[in-house]
Amino acid sequence: MIKADTAPKPRRNVELALLVLALAVGIGASAMVDLNSETPFDSDFWFQSILLAVAAFAFHVVLRIRAKYADPVILPIVVALNGLGLALIHRMDGPGDDTGNNQLRWTLIAVAVAITAIWFLKDHRILRRFTFISLAASALLLVLPLVPGISAGEVLGASVWIRLGPMTFQPGEIAKITLAIFFAGYLSSNRDLILLAGRKIGPLQFPRFKDMGPMITAWLVSIGVLVFQRDLGSSVLFFGLFIVMIYVATSRISWVVIGLALILGGGFVASRIFSHVGFRLDSWWNAFTPEVYDRFPGGSRQIVQGLFGMADGGLVGTGLGQGRPDLVPFANSDMIIALIGEELGLIGLFAVVLLYLLLFTRGFRAALGTRDAFGKLLACGLSFAIALQCFVVIGGVTRLIPLTGLTTPFLAAGGSSLLANWIIVGLLLMISHTARSPIDTTPMTDASSEAVKQP
Amino acid sequence: MSELTITALRFGFLLLLWVLIFSIVSAMRRDLMIGRKAATGAPTAREVRKHPELAPPTPAPKQQARQLVVVEGPLKGTTVQLAASPILLGRAQEATLVLEDDYASGRHARLFPQGSRWFIEDLGSTNGTYLADQQLTRALPVELGVPVRIGKTVIELRP
Repeated sequence: MIKADTAPKPRRNVELALLVLALAVGIGASAMVDLNSETPFDSDFWFQSILLAVAAFAFHVVLRIRAKYADPVILPIVVALNGLGLALIHRMDGPGDDTGNNQLRWTLIAVAVAITAIWFLKDHRILRRFTFISLAASALLLVLPLVPGISAGEVLGASVWIRLGPMTFQPGEIAKITLAIFFAGYLSSNRDLILLAGRKIGPLQFPRFKDMGPMITAWLVSIGVLVFQRDLGSSVLFFGLFIVMIYVATSRISWVVIGLALILGGGFVASRIFSHVGFRLDSWWNAFTPEVYDRFPGGSRQIVQGLFGMADGGLVGTGLGQGRPDLVPFANSDMIIALIGEELGLIGLFAVVLLYLLLFTRGFRAALGTRDAFGKLLACGLSFAIALQCFVVIGGVTRLIPLTGLTTPFLAAGGSSLLANWIIVGLLLMISHTARSPIDTTPMTDASSEAVKQP
Repeated sequence: MSELTITALRFGFLLLLWVLIFSIVSAMRRDLMIGRKAATGAPTAREVRKHPELAPPTPAPKQQARQLVVVEGPLKGTTVQLAASPILLGRAQEATLVLEDDYASGRHARLFPQGSRWFIEDLGSTNGTYLADQQLTRALPVELGVPVRIGKTVIELRP
């Protein structure tokens, strides 16, 4: 019998080594972009590189102190993606544009918030107490962009923005975290009810009608987002998040069947009623038809230019700063994947997709390892949210599915998305810390009561 | 800067990206083991024929669990007859077995029948549930006579 050494180890030094590599990728990308610009290595470059490195190392030190056993590869992956994103957004900035510096500011804010969360929250299980508060918070966050006064109005066909002083913010991004907390809390305590009651029809066991309540709520939320905010991407994200969490909680395939039926039905009706959904489908299906290409709004110009860009990039890409991504509308946010495909080629694009895949597997690893049902569901839901976002965006850009306006996590320009995703990373790190830390299995005595918490 | 250097840097950057990925994957390799014992080298059928002592012991005929006994803790000696319904363990008043144990949570753990066996599952308790010194991470079957520890209370299933 051979036993592998499975004693938990903090592995923070591994993280430090990987972090240095990740920073080399991020800063290296910036340097490559700068080489091809008119003013190589100006103060902006040094400013950006140093601040990114400081933020990454600060996070690392906090993990050393507060979450010693957290997963060692999550932080390096995220820093590499964020650094690459900063370089690419900076690369798209014309003279006078401030998107790059804005993204840097949001990166620092997001890292600071994630650090604060890890420092003060310590244990993700505390979040379970806020199950129904999170539901209320999600509802509030989703309604905010429709409230006159703080709403930033309809931007690019979707009203998902609010105005906070000089900045705009997308509260829906935060809502995906609060919704994940609500689903995890609700499902971990009501799983038995949903699981045991129900009628069997053929091989599928269908839930009782009154247990469908949360399912209907989730469906209504997604339809509401679609109708009132005209945001197809978030609508798909919220509903997908719910289906996956309920499937993970109950392991009943019937939920997935019901969910897919509801979303296909809803999507079909929406494409008939709302012109923006219909246009999306049409410009996906008939992208290369000249009338569809030239139509405004709702034409397929963006998708087709992105595809041309990626074709131009080929296997190894044109090199950072040497492509023509300025031909693609929104090359620094919605279409940043097309920009990577063009300038880093298929090889670079696959590397980025693999980074996301690794991040997702680490999230699921944390879910498998953690010992409480709430933590398992939360980690599954959060890592799935990131994965679904990647699928919807990359699938849309490569014309696998209709293009919808979701952000590419950590890469795309957009402060709210960056903030939300860094908070998700903070939560995943916290969950992986509890999953990987050593367990004391000796029986409890009164003398050891200082070490354990009395509930 | 010459064309050659730029091309070299371009490929160098792609290489760097993949170096990062391979280092991450190799750092993860060790991690795939955490949480389970890597038991390798179970004897094959041929090895068993040659060395009969290697054969795994034949399992004794299964006995059904009929009662739950508290063997340690404040409620020591209490027995609960097992029916076909799940049993909630904890300090909460709605629990089937109300534990008067300061180290137990309100809804601490759940014991439920599935097939011919009973499973125990932790319900997100603060101090955890231990099945034979292993902290529960998911529902696990409870065999007869194996101690289940909740705070200072230890329970066992008996035929």
